[in-house]
Amino acid sequence: MIGTTHQNQLTFSSLEAEAGLKKALGMGRGDVIGEISASGLKGRGGAGFPTGVKWNIAAAAKSDAKYVICNADEGEPGTFKDRLILSDHADLVFEGMTIAGFAIGAAEGIVYLRAEYTYLRPHLEAVLLRRREAGLLGDDVLGKGFAFDIHLHMGAGAYVCGEETALIESLEGHRGEPRNRPPFPVDTGFLGRPTIVNNVETLACAAAILGSGAEWFKGFGTEKSTGFKLFSVSGDCDRPGVYELPMGITVAELLDVVGGGDAKAVQIGGASGHCVPAAEFTRALAFEDIPTGGSVIVFGHGRDMLDVAENFLEFFVDESCGQCTPCREGNAKLLEGVALLKQGACSSRYLNDLLSLGETMQIASKCGLGQSSPNAFISIVKHFKHEIMGRSAARA
Amino acid sequence: MLVTEQEKLQELVASLAEKHGRDRTALIPILQEVQQKYHGISEFAQQVVADRLGIHPSEVYSVITFYSFLDPNPTGKYVIRMCRTISCQMAGAHNIARQLESDLGIEFGETTADGKFTLEWANCLGMCDQGPAMLVNDRIHTRLTAEKVHDILEDCRRHFGVHATEREEH
Repeated sequence: MIGTTHQNQLTFSSLEAEAGLKKALGMGRGDVIGEISASGLKGRGGAGFPTGVKWNIAAAAKSDAKYVICNADEGEPGTFKDRLILSDHADLVFEGMTIAGFAIGAAEGIVYLRAEYTYLRPHLEAVLLRRREAGLLGDDVLGKGFAFDIHLHMGAGAYVCGEETALIESLEGHRGEPRNRPPFPVDTGFLGRPTIVNNVETLACAAAILGSGAEWFKGFGTEKSTGFKLFSVSGDCDRPGVYELPMGITVAELLDVVGGGDAKAVQIGGASGHCVPAAEFTRALAFEDIPTGGSVIVFGHGRDMLDVAENFLEFFVDESCGQCTPCREGNAKLLEGVALLKQGACSSRYLNDLLSLGETMQIASKCGLGQSSPNAFISIVKHFKHEIMGRSAARA
Repeated sequence: MLVTEQEKLQELVASLAEKHGRDRTALIPILQEVQQKYHGISEFAQQVVADRLGIHPSEVYSVITFYSFLDPNPTGKYVIRMCRTISCQMAGAHNIARQLESDLGIEFGETTADGKFTLEWANCLGMCDQGPAMLVNDRIHTRLTAEKVHDILEDCRRHFGVHATEREEH
């Protein structure tokens, strides 16, 4: 819809429309969650929390209202698969939300769409309207006596709002500052009610699983990372785009698919992910090895890895909500460190101090943003010491 | 601001509160529409919104300054947000950025004297496969070149006279 990109055949394109929703509404709520649990589906946003467990806790909670939130605040650098899913398979996402609402006993679904994707809004509103007219949303979904509706809520430009408690703060009209967890949103979420927050792709997968069965889904991927995954591939490769691949595929195999033969390193998981050097391209993209929300950025041999570290740290300095000290101050310090490295003026002792600071940030930050913000810096220092130490100032 | 302008703004906020509700969850949707219509949320507008929702104006200011798509200062009719994240950088965003500064005669973070354009950096726009990319208001532009940037700006300038207070650049 927006521009053209390289992509392979997506399973999402071959599914029978609304098969999952029709089946789910004919099942017991517990059986729906049982099917999701049996499939082994884990959150596609990157954190990899088992979806069945999340739904089960929210279903068990007692409350006058519950909410299903679709996290469409896709802001991780290098990630754009949700853009494609929302453009081409919005029905499947809304179907998944409706199934989730039925399973946990919610009547309201909210799509939190990032401000940068405002151009998708008219399309999504049109799909929602069509679904209401077709009886797929509303007071009596498919005539089964189940009421559920979905509305869009626009983000206002803040990466941290992809974190589920920050997203909820934002929905409630506040600054997007993450909350302490526990309590988790599954019992104290939007407006203090039980709330599940699922990634766009997770919800689409849930609809696919209900339609085609947990066993079918488990036919893809590995034992611990079941199913297929959408990867957003960019950087130095011949065919950047969105690719559906089975979980467990190695970095080298993925590079073959996208034409990234000249890679010296690949950033997996975006700015908050890890930098993987060529020597480790046999590692697998799976929760048990390199977990990822699907962002893959390829760096060719001509790239300066300090430029990469600098870009990611500038990103975190800008996007840190500033609430907790390790993240707010730590990222600024690491960025200064990269400037020193570029000038060839960073002693080994000071670099070790910076690595130690990075570990503190991983442990002591309040939310996932802060905890993962030093990952790229640490992995680049670890794998590319020969390239980043002892530079002549002229090169900076 | 003229009294009539102030009244207009109060009417707008009242109608937005009608549409989105008067509780706190309505704050950001209301601010987004004020931002869209007035290209910036003035101190007066912040006060009006705060009064309408029954919260302190500092709460409103605190929310505005947290989000990059809300601005307490006047912005141009066209806000250009250029992606600075790594994939776009590797695709040549740096050169496009310099060209934008030359074509507009301003630096990043500034607004042109005629109030038409604001130039800002943005973090990942989700167009990493088609970089360099930028948003002009809500509209995305990808695979930018110097020529394309020129055409986009000229297009905005042509539409400016017609939609001076609207954001309908499409």
